[in-house]
Amino acid sequence: MEYIDYYKILGLTKSASQSDIKKAYRKMARKYHPDVNPNDKAAEQKFKEINEANEVLSHPENRKKYDQYGKDWQHAEAFENAKRTRQSSQRGGGQEYQGDFGGHDFSDFFESMFGGSSASSGGFSSGQKVKFRGQDFNASLRLQLRDAYTTQKQTLTVNGKNIRITIPAGIENEQTIKISGHGGPGRNGGPKGDLYITFYIDNNTAFKRDGNHLYRTVDLDLYTAVLGGSLTVDTFDGKAKLTVKSGTQNGSTVKLKGKGFPIYKKEGAFGDLFITYNIKIPTDLSEKEKALFMELSAIKK
Amino acid sequence: MNLEELINVSDFCANHEITHALIVSFQEYGLVEIVESQNTWYLPVTELPKAERIVRLYADLDINLEGIAVVTQLLDRMTQMQNEITTLKNRLQRYE
Repeated sequence: MEYIDYYKILGLTKSASQSDIKKAYRKMARKYHPDVNPNDKAAEQKFKEINEANEVLSHPENRKKYDQYGKDWQHAEAFENAKRTRQSSQRGGGQEYQGDFGGHDFSDFFESMFGGSSASSGGFSSGQKVKFRGQDFNASLRLQLRDAYTTQKQTLTVNGKNIRITIPAGIENEQTIKISGHGGPGRNGGPKGDLYITFYIDNNTAFKRDGNHLYRTVDLDLYTAVLGGSLTVDTFDGKAKLTVKSGTQNGSTVKLKGKGFPIYKKEGAFGDLFITYNIKIPTDLSEKEKALFMELSAIKK
Repeated sequence: MNLEELINVSDFCANHEITHALIVSFQEYGLVEIVESQNTWYLPVTELPKAERIVRLYADLDINLEGIAVVTQLLDRMTQMQNEITTLKNRLQRYE
């Protein structure tokens, strides 16, 4: 647990007035608000920090305690005194604090000084606070390219609940699917939020993927390339026998129709597989081979 | 229209502590869709995330409706561009 400099977070000094604090908070809230920074974890964290700073500094009572004891929070006696002061002032003032901060994540430092729910709201609700519709949840799932080739049924545990999901074959890397109604609970009859799952697909196969098409480079020996012949190659889920034309050039590509990746949500439809030939030039020639190549070379001259 | 997929605008307003007139303004600015059925106004459930975001921008950040219209448009473009980046990144993996 570390001391947090709430003034620094809001870019202020200890002498800041209440109006300075309000201004600084509003300025930073506009910058880091989750609604204008979608999917930005760093902004979300920053937003939590400025909200916490605002909780402390915008309430004269909290601010006073923070100024007095904040730096010495480790000091048990001062801390205990602080606690007692808070309790007595609360009782004395007869103030009832609102304690609903479901969406807030306060730091340990804050909790130890002010408790989890003792501070009153600074006037703004955070982006995560549930008022009616439940919160949306975000999750991510890692898959192998092999797994994405077939439709998968998986059971996920989200906040203690098991959810059965179907991941259609052909899902893309970083594609997000929405599972309606599996987010947080709503309030006062509001509907539940949704669950968003983003898929990250690792590819450790010999194939490259571009949408529904697959690409692969295979070695071809010089003699088959020159004279023609046949070659058996691995496709994603089997083997295919290719007829190699005589005079096949290095880097040339053949298309195997329907041997690519499944097309998302199109049962039985596949993209194509493109095979590129990498012709192996013989090295370490024997004397006889060398002589024969020289003969060939002489004919061409 | 299936009533289960509709939220009574009055319920929505009560929970967000906003006036009915504000939701009507949202609609006039083309920010959300509301539908009428037997003299009652409803928000389709699918419009709810958008409507709540607008309320937060309005109440938390003091952005007026013109500003929210611009923000919404830019956020839509950002999402579109983000999707494009993802697609391009995936395509580039072919050359890695």
